[in-house]
Amino acid sequence: MKEYEYDVVVVGAGPGGSTAARYSAKHGLRTLLLEKKAEIGVPVRCAEGISKNWMDEAGIEPNKWFIDAEIDGAKIYSPNEQHVITLSAEMAGNEVGYVLNRENFDKYLAKLAAEEGADIWLKSPAVDVIKEDRKVKGVIVRKFGENVRVNAKIVIAADGFESQVARWAGINTTLSERDIVTCIQYRMVNIDIDEKYTHFFLGSCAPGGYVWIFPKGKNEANVGLGIALSKLKRRGEVKEYLDRFIEKHEYLKRGQAVQVVTGAVSTCRIPKKIVGDGIMLVGDAARLIDPITGGGIANACRSGKYAGEIAAECIDNPTEECLRKYEEKVRNKWEKKFIRNWFAKEKLAQLSDETLNKLVEAISEVELKEISVYSLLSAVQRKYPDLIEEFEDLI
Amino acid sequence: MMEVDVAKCNYCGACVGSCPKNCIFLNEVKVEINEDECIKCGFCIRVCPVGAISADWWSE
Repeated sequence: MKEYEYDVVVVGAGPGGSTAARYSAKHGLRTLLLEKKAEIGVPVRCAEGISKNWMDEAGIEPNKWFIDAEIDGAKIYSPNEQHVITLSAEMAGNEVGYVLNRENFDKYLAKLAAEEGADIWLKSPAVDVIKEDRKVKGVIVRKFGENVRVNAKIVIAADGFESQVARWAGINTTLSERDIVTCIQYRMVNIDIDEKYTHFFLGSCAPGGYVWIFPKGKNEANVGLGIALSKLKRRGEVKEYLDRFIEKHEYLKRGQAVQVVTGAVSTCRIPKKIVGDGIMLVGDAARLIDPITGGGIANACRSGKYAGEIAAECIDNPTEECLRKYEEKVRNKWEKKFIRNWFAKEKLAQLSDETLNKLVEAISEVELKEISVYSLLSAVQRKYPDLIEEFEDLI
Repeated sequence: MMEVDVAKCNYCGACVGSCPKNCIFLNEVKVEINEDECIKCGFCIRVCPVGAISADWWSE
């Protein structure tokens, strides 16, 4: 078997992997970025909505080439669609701002990694990790059909929702049924939507998740939904839900899909462990997806950056103990939020359409200056005191 | 026996990441299931957004 030597090998050239490779190479480490597919960024597995506020930290400058639309805010619809909460971009914080062109965005991030000196291999899936004395020492790669051995001091697992590299290495990223949301989306053209807003629909149209409409430009949008696995019984139900939603809405019904996108996201809390001897997990592979929004790009890029930087710090001593600095950084940044949002998700998934109608109605009637659990709940309490009992454990 | 309908499959990897035994593999556009390790939980069948996976032991 052919052998290659690197300091760092990154598995997966999505936003997390490319950013990890970029910062690893920037710090002078010999870095290899692996992508199993024939083209980076294709096929898209994403709804493409992001906020703006994190890009600076990840060292990414907004660029028209990878941004399809700029968004003013978000609209959240009650199940009966009679009530709407309108959030401005500043208030909504996380998931509004831009709608990306992921095909270009992913290539752009890979380019930044290449410019720092990282090698990139396409059609090169990792098929196993190399372990010696339970320490990760590299990966076996099927490089254009030929198995080769890549020895590396540190493996950065950025293989997305599949999260196989972690599990081969013995890090448990297995998901429970309640923490898996499965998604389908059409990129639709010839539809009639308010293109300045992202749109979210709650309730039985997407149990345990939501329907989204993210504008990609005039009369064009990603229309999709995610449903919790625990709410699904029959094969192929997810697609039926989306087709039904479109059929019910005149402004979508006339449109046509030019692309169908599928995938799944995790909605769990941060796993017990996201590093091991010689290995760090980033992005979706580390389950760093916001449990309530399902958004993962911003966390992937930032965790990728942290991992690349910590790799440089620990390269002469790539033990779990040293790499735990990365894990601590991730936990300090996101753990509290993930726990809170996970509980909120569990709660929301239990609410009936009737309750959600009341909830959205109550919130839509107040002028929100900021979005906080407290401000939302006090708005609800004023109108429907009995409703608030359901949320007591969240206060 | 499990089967993946390639005419339906959108090779997204939803089944791969959901498999508690980590015994599903996505090679470019082809999903392969290692049935020796399968525990018949049915996650992959239900998680598939387009209903591409079936099994003779599965009933709805």
